[in-house]
Amino acid sequence: MIPAAFEYAHASSVDEASKLLSKFGEDAKVLAGGHSLIPLMRLRLAQPAALVDINGIKELDNISERGGKLHIGALTRHVTIQNSSVVKDKLPLLAEIAGEVGDNQVRNMGTMGGVIAHADAAGDYPTLALMLDADVVTNQRTIHARDFFKDLFTTSLGPDEIVTEVVFPVANGPHKYIKFRRRLFDWAIVGVAAQKMNGDWRIGLTNVGPTPVRATAVEEALHKGAKPEEAALHASDGLDPSGDLRASPEYKKHLARVLTKRAIQQAQQ
Amino acid sequence: MKHKVSTTVNGRRHEHEVEPRLLLVHYLRDNLGLTGTHIGCDTSQCGACTIHVDGKAVKSCTMFAVQAEGKSLTTIEGLAKDGELHPIQQAFWDEHGLQCGYCTPGFIMASAYLLSQNPNPTEDEIRRGLEGNLCRCTGYVNIVKAVQSAAKTMSTAPAKKATVAAGGN
Repeated sequence: MIPAAFEYAHASSVDEASKLLSKFGEDAKVLAGGHSLIPLMRLRLAQPAALVDINGIKELDNISERGGKLHIGALTRHVTIQNSSVVKDKLPLLAEIAGEVGDNQVRNMGTMGGVIAHADAAGDYPTLALMLDADVVTNQRTIHARDFFKDLFTTSLGPDEIVTEVVFPVANGPHKYIKFRRRLFDWAIVGVAAQKMNGDWRIGLTNVGPTPVRATAVEEALHKGAKPEEAALHASDGLDPSGDLRASPEYKKHLARVLTKRAIQQAQQ
Repeated sequence: MKHKVSTTVNGRRHEHEVEPRLLLVHYLRDNLGLTGTHIGCDTSQCGACTIHVDGKAVKSCTMFAVQAEGKSLTTIEGLAKDGELHPIQQAFWDEHGLQCGYCTPGFIMASAYLLSQNPNPTEDEIRRGLEGNLCRCTGYVNIVKAVQSAAKTMSTAPAKKATVAAGGN
């Protein structure tokens, strides 16, 4: 299938990319890894008037630890995050999650910034960003993850705003991500991330609503000393997932509870 | 508006003016006549269109040709040298790692990338490494055998392994 025609421009700096986006107007899109955007364009579910290709902006492909925070440049590929010794050391849960995104070919192209800006409910990084209170840095401002994901495929980014990096806290205690799916390279039917940080648990859920969800009721129960199997029963509190081809709302809530229990237990092993 | 794209494909330089919406797989097949790269699903799942871009396996249906500007590409046509099959091609033949053969070019390119990253993979690592490629005939058993066999051959013929790791040029 062939995408609709569009204008194409290659940017060599964030500044230039932002100017190109302003020039092309609201129907322009940023092209990073393209592994969500191009499939949507082939199906003509997306028909941007222009693409601004940021793959030449090398400074966005960068991982560093500064001041106790882990900075992941927007153009950093999943394969780089998965294999990064800095990530494995400072936030091993992120390396684990990166290795569970798509397949080898997808991980060679797909990027941190692309996943965050695309804001698919089944995206894996948004869950981690939300539950760890990460910051999304753009060419204009810094946005807390809790203020960033607004709705399905909807973020607080403006039309000429570009994600430049995502800043995570350092956390290398017990952790686990369980991505429940039928085939290895599929999106999560439901995903659960568990991370122990500063003595408390952070629990995040993937694909159980239009945005990622932080399971605060589970976190509070664990804080008060509940066992994982008791606390995990709260994982579906307040959830209202929509059903899809693979799972009914009830089944997703069931998975949220079961996988939360397993994630905490496996993190502790 | 058309854009110029200059690439090196299997060691040969090419330059064309293309529409931005032209997918890389269509550029390879229609502009360059390299029809060994197949289109299986059109939804970025099946991996039949897998090629190497600067030594990394990618699905060429999920890249625009304009994105390949200045890059070095290897397709299935670039693996055999001097009329001799690449060890991975030979292993797919010897182990019968195919039935209809439609997915085979993509499997071989994905396997070549896998072995460039991990020359001696376990069965589990092979299966995970090929998760982005679908075969509807074989049940994967002989494909895994073929990759194991190729890994053995290539570990005793380091010159050929180096060829794949460098992107086949």
